[in-house]
Amino acid sequence: MSWTRLLAVARKEIVQIRRDRRSLGIVLIMPVVLMLLFGYGVSLDLKHLPVYVYDQEGSQQSQDLLKRFQASEYFQVVKAVDNYPEVIRAIDGGRAAMAIVVPYDFSLQLRRGGSVSVQAVIDATDDNTANVLIGYTQAVISGYSEELQVNWLQQHGGQQLQAPLSVDTRTWYNENLESRAFIVPGVLALVMSVIGAFLTSLTIAREWERGSMEQLISTPVTPLEILLGKLIPYFVIGLIDVGICAAIAVFWFQVPFRGSVLTLLVGSALFMVVVLCMGYFISVVARNQLAASQLALVATFLPAFLLSGFLFAIEQMPAAVRVITHIVPARYYVAALKKIFLKGAPAAMLYTELIPLAIFALVLAVLATRAFHKRLV
Amino acid sequence: MFARLKQMLIKEFLQVFRDKRTRFVLLGPPLLQMLIFGYAATFEIHHVPTAILDLDHSSESRELVSRFQSSPYFTLLPPLTTHRDISEAIDHGDATVAIQIHPGFAQLLRNGQTAPLQVIVDGTNSNTALIAAGYVNQIAKGFGREYQHDRMERLRPSSAAVVPSVQLEERPWYNTDLRSRWFFVPGVIGSLTLVIVVTLTAFAVVREREIGTLEQIMVTPIRPFEFILGKTIPFFLIGLADVTLIGTLGTLWFGVPFRGSLLVLLLGTVLYLICMLGVGLLISTISATQQQAMITAFFFVMPAITFSGFGFPISTMPQWLQYITYLSPLRYFLVVLRSVYLKGVGMESLWPQMSAMAALGFFLLTVSVLRFHKALD
Repeated sequence: MSWTRLLAVARKEIVQIRRDRRSLGIVLIMPVVLMLLFGYGVSLDLKHLPVYVYDQEGSQQSQDLLKRFQASEYFQVVKAVDNYPEVIRAIDGGRAAMAIVVPYDFSLQLRRGGSVSVQAVIDATDDNTANVLIGYTQAVISGYSEELQVNWLQQHGGQQLQAPLSVDTRTWYNENLESRAFIVPGVLALVMSVIGAFLTSLTIAREWERGSMEQLISTPVTPLEILLGKLIPYFVIGLIDVGICAAIAVFWFQVPFRGSVLTLLVGSALFMVVVLCMGYFISVVARNQLAASQLALVATFLPAFLLSGFLFAIEQMPAAVRVITHIVPARYYVAALKKIFLKGAPAAMLYTELIPLAIFALVLAVLATRAFHKRLV
Repeated sequence: MFARLKQMLIKEFLQVFRDKRTRFVLLGPPLLQMLIFGYAATFEIHHVPTAILDLDHSSESRELVSRFQSSPYFTLLPPLTTHRDISEAIDHGDATVAIQIHPGFAQLLRNGQTAPLQVIVDGTNSNTALIAAGYVNQIAKGFGREYQHDRMERLRPSSAAVVPSVQLEERPWYNTDLRSRWFFVPGVIGSLTLVIVVTLTAFAVVREREIGTLEQIMVTPIRPFEFILGKTIPFFLIGLADVTLIGTLGTLWFGVPFRGSLLVLLLGTVLYLICMLGVGLLISTISATQQQAMITAFFFVMPAITFSGFGFPISTMPQWLQYITYLSPLRYFLVVLRSVYLKGVGMESLWPQMSAMAALGFFLLTVSVLRFHKALD
């Protein structure tokens, strides 16, 4: 291996990157845009969900119950209606996420004693929203019900009954349960994957397509030198992007950063090597830019988005898919990121993530070097 | 005109289907993505790994533990023995929820006092944490309610039956079992079509320019309008084929119900594809190389998908961002898709979305055709 030749390839690649101002600019603002996109756009913290109420009784007591929905920040009572078809139309048209229907004999039944049902019609197209809605509604209703019982017992001269159980819930690592703190660290993995996918996957395919590969092959440069020369510039860009992303996460979105910068760097560098080599490998195999870009999308970006635990919890996936996630490098990087940002895990606790990443990096680097032959066919 | 257009179309189809890799790219990735999405994209929470530290060892505490055991939402890990085990289990991510039953739990209950139950939740994944905490509460509340009821029955058998209480009767419409798959699969049809059609169209013209064949086309008698039609019609057809393929797979393989009318879906798809072709052409006119086109396309695709309500409710975004979401054609198509699939509603509910897509499509296509004329000169 010759350093001069390696540097020559790297310089050629840098010139090519620099000449394409737009691509360079985009690569540097991409992390910013993706960060803002996910920081602001991706949230599962549901609040102010539009609710219709249909009070069939219209008594003091039914209004009391409905007022509690008004007072909660999770609901926004947008309209009170007085017939069922209007409820159906609102849910069909997506104007209401839920409709609360209080039965016509609500207070009468309560006076008689025993259990009364309040109906909640929910648009469950989005199962997650529906699930959270049911939880919040349940909380409002059971709170109301408990107060009713306490009052009733007091009035009937029974002894003061205390609630038998109190649940004291503590949330660790993400105390306010903000989905932003959960999502933003993982965006780093996405940004890295995108850079690997979109930049390196085209670099060799482009040479083939433009015919400059013949010229490259006729020089004494070795495959390893081409690999390193082509990838080092992107590696540097990638690390700069990691810095930008981490800065935005911590300073703009106020995501806690409890780990060490060094572990973040080591993990990111390993993952960079993985995605760059993967992109390079795809580029060598695909030979045309259209196919390379699509393949890269499927091989790097998509798994990083879906199978890494970035958004969707891995332990909730079917067993077969869970097995597949073990061969997704992004899975380990995302897990490491979350541990570093939120848990403040020291390097010693990260070996389950860093060792697989290192193995992936090694295997892919070997694959990428082997795949490229200096032949024209 | 038709003779020339026909020749152009033949050339385009040849170009797309000639290359083995491109042929694969048109079919393989969409199918693969559909499968991964169908299986991996889920916000459903089942089998939350849960560790229990029972320091009371009473029949009451065992009864409570057995309730967690029989719940489908929790998977119990081997019982813990010391307080230290809790932090270890949560730190390592072995357990998402840890429950501690203090010594004296049963004594407090028997005395009619409130017994505390300590619950620790790993908040790293805020969504899982929120829903899991809700389930813990439900089980604990249910246990408390029944314990209370039993005790009252023993103390004053007559009163237990008449204490008033309010219950929630939830009716999740359209997706009664709250399946994530039903929510995501129709959405995948829209987002996959977006990715495929926009990137293909964006590459179409740039590729000719980069390889140098655009000049050859310019010297033929073909008119710009015919050229544009020739470039877009194949991708329009490919888009339609993809929607059909993915849609069929969604219903037959994943069992997502199709309750609406095919005609409504077809109309929505055509309008949506026109928007996508407009965007793709526009990117094609402002890009000089395929790499640029790829990155620019990505810059459209990511926000368009994130801001469409594909995975994250639009109502959780900041207000200013919600206005931006109106610019994403996918936002409207998703409503059409989910309504047609799950709700089974027709034009009477969907006309606003249809007109929005028609307007956007007309605008995008006009702008891109105008720019295209200029770019060709």
